[in-house]
Amino acid sequence: METILEMRNITKTFPGVKALNNVNLNVRKGEIHALVGENGAGKSTLMKVLSGVYPHGSYEGEIHYNGQEQHFRDIGDSEEKGIIIIHQELALVPLLSIAENIFLGNEPAKFGIIDWHIAENRTRELLAKVGLKEDPLTLITNLGVGKQQLVEIAKALSKEVELLILDEPTASLNEKDSDALLALLLEFKAHGISSILISHKLNEVGKVADRITVLRDGATIETLDKGEISEDRIVTSMVGRQLADRFPQREPNIGDVVFEVKDWVVHHHIHGDRTVINGINLNVRKGEVVGIAGLMGAGRTEFAMSVFGKAYGQKISGDVLIKGKKVDVSTIGKAIDNGIAYVTEDRKTYGLNLIDHIKHNTTIAHLEGVSNNGVIDDMSELKVANEYRRKTNIRSSSIYQKTGNLSGGNQQKVVLSKWLFANPDLLILDEPTRGIDVGAKYEIYSIINQLVSEGKSVLMISSEMPELLGVCDRIYVMNQGRLVGEMPASEASQEKIMRAIIRAEGKTS
Amino acid sequence: MTVETAATQGKKDFKTDGSALKGNFREYGLVLALILIMLFFQFTTSGTLFRPVNLTNLVLQNSYIIIMALGMLLVIVAGHIDLSVGSVSGFVGGLAAVMMVQWHVHYIPATILCLLVGGAIGAAQGYWVAYHKIPSFIVTLAGMLVFKGLALWLLGGQSVGPFPPQFQLLSSGFIPDFFGGTTFNTTSMLIGIILVALMIYFSIRGRTKREKHGYEGEPFALFVAKNLIIAGIILYLTYLLSSYKGLPNVLIVMSILIALFVFVTKRMTIGRRIYAMGGNEKAAKLSGIKTERLTFFTFVNMGVLAALAGLIFAARLNTATPKAGLGFELDVIAAVFIGGASAMGGVGQVMGAVIGAFIMGVMNNGMSIMGVNIDWQQVIKGLVLLAAVVFDVYNKNKA
Repeated sequence: METILEMRNITKTFPGVKALNNVNLNVRKGEIHALVGENGAGKSTLMKVLSGVYPHGSYEGEIHYNGQEQHFRDIGDSEEKGIIIIHQELALVPLLSIAENIFLGNEPAKFGIIDWHIAENRTRELLAKVGLKEDPLTLITNLGVGKQQLVEIAKALSKEVELLILDEPTASLNEKDSDALLALLLEFKAHGISSILISHKLNEVGKVADRITVLRDGATIETLDKGEISEDRIVTSMVGRQLADRFPQREPNIGDVVFEVKDWVVHHHIHGDRTVINGINLNVRKGEVVGIAGLMGAGRTEFAMSVFGKAYGQKISGDVLIKGKKVDVSTIGKAIDNGIAYVTEDRKTYGLNLIDHIKHNTTIAHLEGVSNNGVIDDMSELKVANEYRRKTNIRSSSIYQKTGNLSGGNQQKVVLSKWLFANPDLLILDEPTRGIDVGAKYEIYSIINQLVSEGKSVLMISSEMPELLGVCDRIYVMNQGRLVGEMPASEASQEKIMRAIIRAEGKTS
Repeated sequence: MTVETAATQGKKDFKTDGSALKGNFREYGLVLALILIMLFFQFTTSGTLFRPVNLTNLVLQNSYIIIMALGMLLVIVAGHIDLSVGSVSGFVGGLAAVMMVQWHVHYIPATILCLLVGGAIGAAQGYWVAYHKIPSFIVTLAGMLVFKGLALWLLGGQSVGPFPPQFQLLSSGFIPDFFGGTTFNTTSMLIGIILVALMIYFSIRGRTKREKHGYEGEPFALFVAKNLIIAGIILYLTYLLSSYKGLPNVLIVMSILIALFVFVTKRMTIGRRIYAMGGNEKAAKLSGIKTERLTFFTFVNMGVLAALAGLIFAARLNTATPKAGLGFELDVIAAVFIGGASAMGGVGQVMGAVIGAFIMGVMNNGMSIMGVNIDWQQVIKGLVLLAAVVFDVYNKNKA
């Protein structure tokens, strides 16, 4: 079969990180090519290189499309050639109609005056192609996610698409919508349109893909043909990596249960009828590091934030117990007072005051600790800030450096300092090493070890399975708002975790 | 980012930090700008600016702007804006006139009641901003219209006055001289001297405390020079004011409020939390700060200060007019921004806002004496505001 796209030896470097390392991807005309790999394996980066989000010159390697080498400078260039990417977060304007969205930036117009008659008629044709029975004048905000996905695809069709890239298109769809979408892909295939499908749902991939390319740590591992595709094979290929000395050693010294959650149920913060967390029971012991594994969107962050003073969600029910006693966590202040701290996954948006310096960021969650009757004692604040800067090994010119000017790893250490100073019994860490280089990761793991050796407890959410296996004593697996597995780290493996997730996915989708 | 070895890191804790000094540069620059502007007008008005009577006027004319700038600073640092302060101060001035002149309420309960009404107005606006997340621009724009209208209605479109003589003292009174001087107010001068002595005492105490804990402060020479210059300026200005009628009462009120707000913003947890909220509201909330309550409080505080400003303005004119307070909000907001506050929130200093207000005030005063037309005064003030903020943004991008 003829090749439509060939990406040769693509290498993309960000400051301090090699996101892609000599990646090769070969897509044939009229095939559905799946791209799989763990979070952070480089799938999205590769697609951004392809679509011109990262322009020619910002990466090494060659892109050949329809037999010609391409130098895309932006998305417009790649779209002109018929390469259309549909992102996981939909890029539709909610308060505009379907027709307006489909022709946004591409309106059928003469002298700047839009011919809505043509636009609506063409929209009707496109909607028929994707099998969506909606009026072109319906506002996007009135459509469900599944239908919005179809509008995105109709929009792609309006641009004469040859190669359609879908980034986790079914992540937020229910089974029926997912099936409809996959059927649509097969139909496009019959019409000669090629697709690249990025997905975590390996059962789906197995259903529709002709070939699969596996990425791991920014490198191509292998490309499998339809005949060779089995879930076991893919999982091994995705996660098979050695755990060398990436994690500091620790002698676990585990005591009684410190923190316990019972029958925790949370509903979506906007759509109150959607259950996000569905009856979770878990516990953490003194001196224990407990991990929560799962794919993106499994509900782990939502769970953590809902426990932390109901910072997420509505209609929350269930009990939180600290050292066997039921505690009130209805506000963040109360959760902190009861000894819970939550280190966010998004330190820039939720963790730090980036325009202020390290000292002020360190004490803000526990100002009582450096003040008397509401008056801050300068000297003790200075002492605290310097002490935690040393403890967590923050590299900065002084405690007066703005946190916005620190590297990701050092920013994370400031956030950790803030919560260490608040002196919690349970520290919830949400993706504590996201976007941090390997050296800083090791330091963060060391801080975690230090913490539990002092008798604190840690609940750690991470999408990097090796990290969970290397740091935790016990691991829960979460999927779609439920716990679908629990295992001691000594018995856990990446394959076991992946299987637990895939088994659960198979049941629900 | 500089990477350093563990050995040097320990020492660095105790060193003077460059960035803290750099932060103060802006304040020093602002003071310098004010001094230059004053010298410029002193020269162009052939010495009129620094005459005791004019200096006294300068204080009286700008006191209400400065008092409102204190509250506005907190509002802006919190990440909001209050457009209603001019109308609110006008409304409360009118309320005071109606109570004291038409209903013959004693001036003390009337004053207290007016301040409470100001707080209630701030609470009403802050409620929508804090708890319903209505943009402050819109809420206070509505408030601006509402209270402008209510002031007109309250006064029936007429000027109401005069106020009882004791109430007028709020604006036109001076510290009485217990030494019975006729040409020189010795009490005022003494207050100035005591103030300077206290200031020097506290800065020496703070410095020794830092040194005792092993933290190095600014270089000794700079420390001495800074204190001497500030002491000199205060003593000189006090001397000038004392040789006219003495320290105006309103200057005392204003100074106490400035000191209070400097303390609250620099030393108190509530001040720190307002800055944290303005810098990143989501992060502040996740750090356990009750952001809604804090926002509400800044608006209540603003309301009380706007009411106080309204009383001072009414007492100064000795009459409440329906036009009182017109456009004050613009001067107040301009003062805060000239003083270095960020429209994005989280950044701004009380002293910056005060100096910003004085820069505006000195320019008004100097240009009036020079005989610059009111139209051109507006143009120049507008350009100075723009220049100050452009200068700030330019500096920030360079850093």
